[in-house]
Amino acid sequence: MSSKAPARSLRHLLGIAELSDEDIAAIFSHAEMFKSVLGRPIPVVPALRGKTFVNLFFEASTRTASSFALAASRLSAQCLGFSLAASAVRKGETLLDTARNIEAMRVDGVIIRHSMAGAARFLSERLRAFVVNAGDGCHEHPTQALLDAFTLREKLGTLEGRRVLLVGDIAHSRVARSNILLFRRLGARVAVCGPPTLIPPRVEELGCEVFYRLDRVLYEVDVVNMLRVQNERIGAGAFPSVREYRALFGLTRERLARLARSAVVIHPGPVNWGVEMDYEVSDFPHALIMNQVTNGVAVRMAVLYLLAGGHADEDSPAPA
Amino acid sequence: MLMKIRRLLLKGGTVVDPAAGRNRRVNVLVENGRVTGLARNLSARGAEVVDCRGRYIAPGFVDLHCHLREPGAEDAETVASGTRAALAGGFTRVCAMPNTDPPVDSEAMVRFLVGRGESAGLARVHPVGCCTRARQGRELAEIGGMVAAGAVAFSDDGNWVADARVMRSCLEYCKAFDKPVFAHCEMTGLDTGVAHEGPVSTRLGLAGKPDAGEAAAAARDILLAHLTGTRLHLCHVSCAATVELVRWAKGRGTAVTAEACPHHFTLTDEALAGYDTNFKVNPPLRGEADRRAVLAGLADGTIDAIATDHAPHTRGAKEVEFDNAPAGMVGLETAFSLGYEALVLSGLMRLPQFIARLTAAPAEVIGLPVPRIAVGAEAELVVLDLREKWTCDRDKLVSRSRNTPFAGRTLVGRVQGGILPGGRMWGVGAD
Ligand SMILES: [Zn+2]
Ligand SMILES: [Zn+2]
Repeated sequence: MSSKAPARSLRHLLGIAELSDEDIAAIFSHAEMFKSVLGRPIPVVPALRGKTFVNLFFEASTRTASSFALAASRLSAQCLGFSLAASAVRKGETLLDTARNIEAMRVDGVIIRHSMAGAARFLSERLRAFVVNAGDGCHEHPTQALLDAFTLREKLGTLEGRRVLLVGDIAHSRVARSNILLFRRLGARVAVCGPPTLIPPRVEELGCEVFYRLDRVLYEVDVVNMLRVQNERIGAGAFPSVREYRALFGLTRERLARLARSAVVIHPGPVNWGVEMDYEVSDFPHALIMNQVTNGVAVRMAVLYLLAGGHADEDSPAPA
Repeated sequence: MLMKIRRLLLKGGTVVDPAAGRNRRVNVLVENGRVTGLARNLSARGAEVVDCRGRYIAPGFVDLHCHLREPGAEDAETVASGTRAALAGGFTRVCAMPNTDPPVDSEAMVRFLVGRGESAGLARVHPVGCCTRARQGRELAEIGGMVAAGAVAFSDDGNWVADARVMRSCLEYCKAFDKPVFAHCEMTGLDTGVAHEGPVSTRLGLAGKPDAGEAAAAARDILLAHLTGTRLHLCHVSCAATVELVRWAKGRGTAVTAEACPHHFTLTDEALAGYDTNFKVNPPLRGEADRRAVLAGLADGTIDAIATDHAPHTRGAKEVEFDNAPAGMVGLETAFSLGYEALVLSGLMRLPQFIARLTAAPAEVIGLPVPRIAVGAEAELVVLDLREKWTCDRDKLVSRSRNTPFAGRTLVGRVQGGILPGGRMWGVGAD
């Protein structure tokens, strides 16, 4: 496999917007390789032995944090959990204090999840360690986009020319921003659909079409990317009730039955069953939700591996 | 930093008279703080001579809008440091906004500020008092007492007076004193964002503040000013819609004036791409069409004055997540140069018109006599070098705070110094 210093330019992973086409290709090719590692009886490679990463989660997210921790351990690296959601921040510790403390601990990489846009960049400008953005406010969640695209490529071969529809709360979704950017880069035709109250202003300028009526577009697409709808949005003026949301924008059993024969469904999880999707979707043969979870580990292995400066030719993670 | 000079000859410069709208190549003789001679070949034996060849001499600038942070946030700025920064930027008079801690909402607080200004002895401080008690937007503050102590205008800057009944009372009440109300316009419910609502806020995932929030609030206040017949001054106009409303109101005969800040006519929200909190300001940096509309409004006189909205914040306060950072940027020291490039060098207006936006127009808003350089008048002037190119260096700012968005930017035209009432000189020849 060719991995000639593929992404040495990749210092941090802050967003899809900052990635070059070469970076994206390198992440996918490494993810493929690592996915084969995950299929072995002992799914561990020594590629990043001795490296230490910190999972810095200012927002609770067991799934993403575990996925990164597992990816690190599959590469023989250590990943320490730093749950700051409650403790230090309440005591008045600022993000700058946190950055300085991490710098003093001399770790190799930091994976950050934060409720405010730009927080990952803030750290990256103040640390020698690399920074992976695991979600910053309503801005980006690049590893989710990479694993979604990886999963879709695996199933569909390519995204070139495919029609992808994102459904739900686009305005507050970092997954939506990252996915729109990445799917477009990979040649897909992207549309978003949701109540106008949850569509951010001038989102078309990210390169997508906008629909407010799900039934006008759903049955024509190759990929349905459902997004989580947070209950907090209800009553805050975004939409009147769960019932009405489900009726207008939910992937119900009835809608599922009318999808194009080859259409696939993805969701970043965790799913609000009964709100954005009926439970029946989990039995739908083209629902790729569990594939996303598995691929998430492989893609995150690739990201950590490339950022931590691993070389395939140095300590080949995939011995022939 | 000031040097008292009894007899001073400013020789070889060009005097800009914004009131007359022209420039004159004359020497200026200042004796005991007054202009005593203004003629082409004037000489004065025994006088100190400042070589002003190639330079321009203009009345001292008046800033309608700055935050001196005293009392309450002296680590960010004090009256002394802020008025020193003002002089560095050519402002010999500044209106201090009342959103301090405690706020300037009483006669005693206005006297305190005037006193701090006098003891600093630098740029003259004209306090703006609160419209409402403690800036709460509920009850009228003691406006009469504040007028007696020297307040020149009333404002709850930082907040919009959301209750229309209260705003109407403020306007009606101020009419008795012929003092304007300065409105900070952002409509409740549309005021929660941290960046201009548009493609950039969408891309960056920042909560948006739409232009409609500013314009809707301005529209209400304009209509109330028309209803009450009181002078209304709109602070920091930042978008095309508000400019259009001011144009409409002036056409209709409403007594409305408006100011614009250099950052709004030189920067756009594209500058937020790196989440640098030095670009976070309220109203937010807007889109290119808004920026151009503000420039056009200044050029055609819809917007009367250039004001800084100088808003110092400590490094600690700004070095946080974008959402958590306070809004505001320092502006006193860069306003003239930014305006000169954006308005004069761009060809939008001539020099005397531009100087008028910094002198005669703001003076009129707060009821000061038109600043002039004339024989018999007190000398209050600045010396400008319009050819000097300089780079804004964060660490060389005179202000106590460093939160400028212009660090590293090359600016054209610079204030070199000037004379304050009493023949006190700073800059050129004084240090
Ligand atoms: Zn304001
Ligand atoms: Zn202000």
